[in-house]
Amino acid sequence: MSQGTAGGEGAPQVLPEGKERQRKRRRRKKKESKTRLVRSSLLLPEAEPEKSKRTVLACNRLKTTKYTALSFLPKNLFEQFHRLANVYFVFIALLNFVPAVNAFQPELALAPVLFILAVTAIKDLWEDYSRYRSDQEINHMECLVYSRNEKKYISRYWKEVKVGDFVQLRCNEIIPADILLLSSSDPDGLCHIETANLDGETNLKQRQVVRRFLELDSEFDPLKFTSVIECEKPNNDLSRFRGYIIHKSGKKDGLFKENLLLRGCTIRNTEEVAGIVIYAGHETKALLNNNGPRYKRSKLERQMNADVLWCVLILLIMCLFSAIGHGLWVWQYGEKKKPIFDVPGPDGKYLSPVLASVYLFLTVIIVFQVLIPISLYVSIEIVKICQVYFIHQDKDLYDEETDSQLQCRALNITEDLGQVQFIFSDKTGTLTENKMVFRRCTVSGIEYSHDDNAKRLAMYQEPDSEEEEAAPKAGTLSQRDSICSHQSIKVIHRSQSTKTHRRTGSRAEAKRASILSKHTAFSSPMEKDITPDPRLLEKVNECAKHLEVMRSHEQPLSHLSPELCDVFDFFIALTICNTVVVTAPNQPRQKVNRFELKSPVKTIEDFIRRFTPSRLTAGSNSSSSSSLATSKSMHRFGLSTLSSTSTDSTLLKLEEKLAYSAQMNNYGYSSQQGRTAVGGTPEEGELRYEAESPDEAALVYAARAYNCSLVGRLSDQVSVELPHLGTLSFEVLHTLGFDSIRKRMSVVVRHPLTDEINVYTKGADSVVMDLLLPYDPRGKHQKKIRSKTQNYLNLYAVDGLRTLCIAKRVLSKEEYGCWLKTHLEAESSIENREELLFQSALRIEKNLHLLGATGIEDRLQDGVPETIASLRKAGLQIWVLTGDKQETAVNIAYACKLLDHDEEIITLNAESPVTTGNMTVGFTPLYPPSSSVLSSLGLVIDGRTLAYALEPALEDKFLALAKRCRSVLCCRSTPLQKSMVVKLVRDKLKAMTLAIGDGANDVSMIQVADVGVGISGQEGMQAVMASDFAIPRFRHLEKLLLVHGHWCYSRLANMVLYFFYKNAMFVALLFWYQFYCGFSGSSMIDQWYLIFFNLFFSSLPQLITGVLDKDVPAEVLIAVPQLYKSGQNMEEYQPHMFWMNMIDAMYQSLVCFFIPYFTYYDSEVDIFSWGTPITTIALFTIILHLAIETKTWMVSSFSHIILFFFVALVYNASCPVCHPPSNPYWTMERLMGDPVFYFTCIISPVVALLPRFLYRTLQGTLFPTQLQLGRQLSKLSPETRTQLLTELNVKETIRQTQLLADSFSLSLGSNASHCYRAKNQSTPLPASPQTRESLFREHTKAEHKTDQTAAASPQGAVLYEENKLPSSAGSLERSVGFHDVRCGTSEVESLSVGTTLPWSSAVDQEDFSLLKWITSTPLFSHIGTVLQVSSSSLQNETRDSICVLGSSLHVDFKGLKEESSNCLQDKMKGTPTDHCKNENSETTFL
Amino acid sequence: IKPSSPCNKCLNVSWDSTPPCTCTINFTLEHSFESNVFMYYGLSNFYQNHRRYVKSRDDSQLNGDNSSLLNPSKECEPYRTNEDKPIAPCGAIANSMFNDTLELYRIDNDTRTPITLIKKGIAWWTDKNVKFRNPTGDGNNLTALFQGTTKPVNWPKPVYMLDSEPDNNGFINEDFIVWMRTAALPTFRKLYRLIERKNNFQPTLQAGKYSLDIAYNYPVHSFDGRKRMILSTISWMGGKNPFLGIAYITVGSICFFLGVVLLFIHHKYGNRNTSADIPN
Repeated sequence: MSQGTAGGEGAPQVLPEGKERQRKRRRRKKKESKTRLVRSSLLLPEAEPEKSKRTVLACNRLKTTKYTALSFLPKNLFEQFHRLANVYFVFIALLNFVPAVNAFQPELALAPVLFILAVTAIKDLWEDYSRYRSDQEINHMECLVYSRNEKKYISRYWKEVKVGDFVQLRCNEIIPADILLLSSSDPDGLCHIETANLDGETNLKQRQVVRRFLELDSEFDPLKFTSVIECEKPNNDLSRFRGYIIHKSGKKDGLFKENLLLRGCTIRNTEEVAGIVIYAGHETKALLNNNGPRYKRSKLERQMNADVLWCVLILLIMCLFSAIGHGLWVWQYGEKKKPIFDVPGPDGKYLSPVLASVYLFLTVIIVFQVLIPISLYVSIEIVKICQVYFIHQDKDLYDEETDSQLQCRALNITEDLGQVQFIFSDKTGTLTENKMVFRRCTVSGIEYSHDDNAKRLAMYQEPDSEEEEAAPKAGTLSQRDSICSHQSIKVIHRSQSTKTHRRTGSRAEAKRASILSKHTAFSSPMEKDITPDPRLLEKVNECAKHLEVMRSHEQPLSHLSPELCDVFDFFIALTICNTVVVTAPNQPRQKVNRFELKSPVKTIEDFIRRFTPSRLTAGSNSSSSSSLATSKSMHRFGLSTLSSTSTDSTLLKLEEKLAYSAQMNNYGYSSQQGRTAVGGTPEEGELRYEAESPDEAALVYAARAYNCSLVGRLSDQVSVELPHLGTLSFEVLHTLGFDSIRKRMSVVVRHPLTDEINVYTKGADSVVMDLLLPYDPRGKHQKKIRSKTQNYLNLYAVDGLRTLCIAKRVLSKEEYGCWLKTHLEAESSIENREELLFQSALRIEKNLHLLGATGIEDRLQDGVPETIASLRKAGLQIWVLTGDKQETAVNIAYACKLLDHDEEIITLNAESPVTTGNMTVGFTPLYPPSSSVLSSLGLVIDGRTLAYALEPALEDKFLALAKRCRSVLCCRSTPLQKSMVVKLVRDKLKAMTLAIGDGANDVSMIQVADVGVGISGQEGMQAVMASDFAIPRFRHLEKLLLVHGHWCYSRLANMVLYFFYKNAMFVALLFWYQFYCGFSGSSMIDQWYLIFFNLFFSSLPQLITGVLDKDVPAEVLIAVPQLYKSGQNMEEYQPHMFWMNMIDAMYQSLVCFFIPYFTYYDSEVDIFSWGTPITTIALFTIILHLAIETKTWMVSSFSHIILFFFVALVYNASCPVCHPPSNPYWTMERLMGDPVFYFTCIISPVVALLPRFLYRTLQGTLFPTQLQLGRQLSKLSPETRTQLLTELNVKETIRQTQLLADSFSLSLGSNASHCYRAKNQSTPLPASPQTRESLFREHTKAEHKTDQTAAASPQGAVLYEENKLPSSAGSLERSVGFHDVRCGTSEVESLSVGTTLPWSSAVDQEDFSLLKWITSTPLFSHIGTVLQVSSSSLQNETRDSICVLGSSLHVDFKGLKEESSNCLQDKMKGTPTDHCKNENSETTFL
Repeated sequence: IKPSSPCNKCLNVSWDSTPPCTCTINFTLEHSFESNVFMYYGLSNFYQNHRRYVKSRDDSQLNGDNSSLLNPSKECEPYRTNEDKPIAPCGAIANSMFNDTLELYRIDNDTRTPITLIKKGIAWWTDKNVKFRNPTGDGNNLTALFQGTTKPVNWPKPVYMLDSEPDNNGFINEDFIVWMRTAALPTFRKLYRLIERKNNFQPTLQAGKYSLDIAYNYPVHSFDGRKRMILSTISWMGGKNPFLGIAYITVGSICFFLGVVLLFIHHKYGNRNTSADIPN
């Protein structure tokens, strides 16, 4: 458990779900924090004593700037000195001011440091200034604030808004502060807000007026507001707000997050709202959430820092050497006869050798300081910024569908992208589109496969280009015909409705539409248009007809056949059991200028109001709202059966609404109700559904396809349009929202036809199935339905569909009343509200009646399999961590080629740590490390087992196993577990990890990983906010990693190495000189050159290289992903390369020093006209070195030589007396007139670079690296290249298969048994429908059997358990680990072991049908644990069954019956370990 | 050319031994020098490039700046002032100026004919005309201009008595200028005099016997230094130094050899890559 605390912020323990943990934390926080009291600022007299207190509260002025004009300099400097390097350089510069040790002019030595500091400071200043400007802009936005003096709302700047002020907001205005909603123009007291600025979610969210104010009859008057609000201190939790309002009467009302309008959100669909400011300025939740960019240090940078330390060491050694040398040099002259050139100190005294060497040590540190590259850090920063800029510019990373492109949020880890070894991916929304498409459903045990729908979906998958080409080309016409024929079928299906579907247009149009509708979440045509299944549609219509008849004849509903009844309820549940908001499409979603006075129609009420004669006056407004309120109250208290029989005003409203909706409805199938008049309006007027989660929208769209469409949703009423019945209004009594613990949501409604109180529940099948009514009056039938539905659910899961169960419960009035009481209590409680509501929800969501289940397809994103394949070729290990159930996850994994059918798959599902431990240990020896990469293993582990595996005792074993697997799939994992897995791999394997995800549940994982990538997809911005990079699609990861990551890495690695080389080489020149100047710390290079060498002459070429160098072109990198491995293995920057570079630098400097030395030996040359050629030579060498190292030559690099000459000439001509001591006046000019200078300058670089050049040439020709080959590949003509590439790929697959085979035979060779030799050729399993069906028949049979068995166990809990090696002690021990979760008692355990034996003996007697049954049983039991060491002797059929049943047992072995029985016998004799080895297949715990 | 033969007696001279120790060295030129001959003095083991030594000068004083003249830079310490008077060319470099006098005679049948040694034109033009200037003042009298300063400690006479000619006296004395250009390496030579070719028909220095008279003032024994006198002609490439030539020949041949080897390698292996694939 200690692991758990590391992940959370001090959460005491790991609770099963992250949410619960959060809740716990919140509660704790609540206790700690004091509350805040807010009073109306208009109540002056009362507020007076509070004055002092009020000032403490922040005003709404926003100030995000770090500095003020005065504090900038000290503060910025202070911050910069946090960097050790800066301190070091300043220290050295200051050392120069000490006369005894100074090497340069002190002022000059300060220059580079100041330059660096200034550059950084200017950057900071600029950033701060832009922050300031945006602050100003925001602070000067205007809003309406109630003024006490003028008794009305007046316009004020945002910054003048204070806590306690009353603010009025209009539609489309942005909320200036956190405001408690006190009044709304909406009759139900609702206010819709869009939180896109906060979390990127574009759907509308409802906020509610504080309850008591909702009941006010008159318009809200701020002056009368005398209540005091007590709420918690400002915190950054967006999803929580708690407090209460104390009225003058002493009554308390709870305040919840539904009452709070958050700063930064936009008001939508609501004409006017007013509220009191609770938190302002920096205390608003939005701003408290606003964290600055994170600073991560990249791996390369860490390595670099290590090498910087080496440099420091080298520097110290050099200095020490010089110091000792100097001491000896001084000492040799003795005390008496001081040479004439040894200048004594200012006081005329000579230093003792020891003191002299100490002083010299400091001096030489100054002289050699260049060795520690002062500009390295700045250069790297600049390079990274440029790299980020170029990544941003990449058009390939732009997604036009979502109009988003790559964002680099962390600027300093670009090169980490090139070194990633592990990718941790979320599934939903990352691999998949998170665009939910309704695929199939089952209602009361009958499956509706929606084949047409499937065909339609298949059509969407055709590539776009084909579509565009389709029209002119005759060849594709036939295809188009087929499409049309599909459509004609659909037309027939839709012929009940009067209009043909608009999708007869080309798909391009549909695509355009999807682009147009990108502002609306989850509404591509793919999701919206669902082709109904004919059978089901038939039933729906029939049902509706029955109902209509019944209604007209006042017959009770129960006359309906149970099946039709279920169908009806099923669709009602689909339609209303959600939080979908209906919007009319003609509302512009773009932000409207807020000064626009008349906003367009926002709501239906708005619409009504606008088209009623007396509109928009305050009086009519209030009257209409009051009348609506009364009608509502009648709804609530009176027992009106149908809304149409309600008060006149409501009738009017409804009729208006219906007309409106009909007008907007392009389907027009509502014509039965006689509203044909407006039926033919153009198709753009379509209702749009905005849902919080995409599955909800998918279900609503699905229901609409069955003519059961949601037309309006108010807070307490849902209008559903049904084919024959018209619009029904369901009174929503309660909505019990979805949470991840309950995994379901429910609505409590009053059914308008039957006047019953119904609970509709929609949730994960595992949960809902357990909540079903145990003994239904329709007992047998129900049971059958249930088991059938379960079958289909399993089938759906196999197909990778997300399954949801729909269930219903009819409540009697008494039951409801009873529950209502407790629920209301829970709702109004202030402490532990969530907890109580949770409990209350549990109380009502039971004894459900199963209606059916749906399968929603979460489609894979484009190019996911390809991306995964090429990422994997690039040597990346991909782990998928998902919260989905195992079957779904496994199937998605197959779909996206994460798992391969010919892979062996280890499935770990254990119930206790011990078992897990045994499992992992048991498997580890099976796969010797040598075969780790070759044999393709897949590991599937579920959340519970993962929790055990992550315990400290087991994590090493788990890792050892996981490391050998090609892919790992963790299902049912919580966000915390995700991050723990990432952390484990990151810390234990010391690997570079990348986490990619799109949802809030991935945030922790993204933050933990070395590189966090967020998908700026549909689930809001939380993941993006936490990420370092945000990409629109998963497939963009390929280019981001393979191309940009590789480039950034290789560029930066080269640049850093070059930096070290350059400085070492330059400093070494000085060091050699010390031997010839008595180690006096003298330098022959002019100090200006010396100090600015790094800054000017040699920096720009390498910056350009660092930003633009492309070692291998992008196409080749994409085509040959293997090239990525160079980054993973750190090939470009390995420790030995640092030393190689250092040695090379030494050699080059020796050459550059001694060639001039011998040339000018014993000549009249003076110190600086000798040093200048050396500088020139060094510069030549350094730049030519770069030319050798760089892969793309740029002319600009060489311009630096010219620059140097130019600067030198100007500098040397500038001032005859300046720059002591060198005083280089006219040196350069004179040198350039001297041929020797040129001769030296030519030969020295040649000699210096000869070894490196030779090495590069030979290595490139004889032992080329992959990268060099890749580079060569790019030089070939395109045709040859593609040809080569295809050859390459073919070869690769051949090799892989060979390897696979090799590894198998290898591993088998070690086995004692040889019965499976050469039988391990796997065949992909085409699960044909027939087999499935036959299997299902079997399963049902089997189920009956199990039911009998299970009858003995308590509570009908099914316990299945199996073991195929009963006789071996080791496996028995393993089997002890299995126990039923539900019972969990030792009793059951012993029972299970007991039952195991006969079964397994049966297995031994080669009863394969029984074996088959046993393997299938785990699927019927949800919780039972099964260890199934399936042997290779399974028959083909058995394999199929395993496969189909989703236990993902793709056995790679075929065994003949005889052989298998032989094997079994063999095994009986062998030792347990041998057995393990012999099994060599998989183990499943379910 | 200074074996410890005739001048050994002078080894222990100090800076200002008033009757300078003189010695004469005879030598023979094997070849005649055709063009202009440059006469150098060479010092070895003399660390003119010592850090503190190099710094120890005041360029603005040398440039004739009057204020610096009387108030030299701190860099000159401890050779900045002497007895409260500023030292005129301050600093250690100036203080340690080479002050031997060399005279060259041609011995022709035992008659010593002095060879005219030209003192001007041995320093860089820019040094003489731009960098080094005498202090400006009312008159041209250097003695007056250097009023209030004192000579460097080791010098026998003040700076304004370095030479008789006014355009070679004071700071613009070319011997001084040459000395002030500190050598890069501890073994160095400095131009001392020029011997100009008289006419086209006679070599500047004929082969034969010569003798060199040295007024030995400069002590080098304390640091194991040596003095030399070098006579050299200069080609367009400067003085005689075989190193570059040798280096070029060596490097050239190495490059040629490598070129051949690489050509061979390329021929043999170069084409392999196009068909090679990238190993997995």
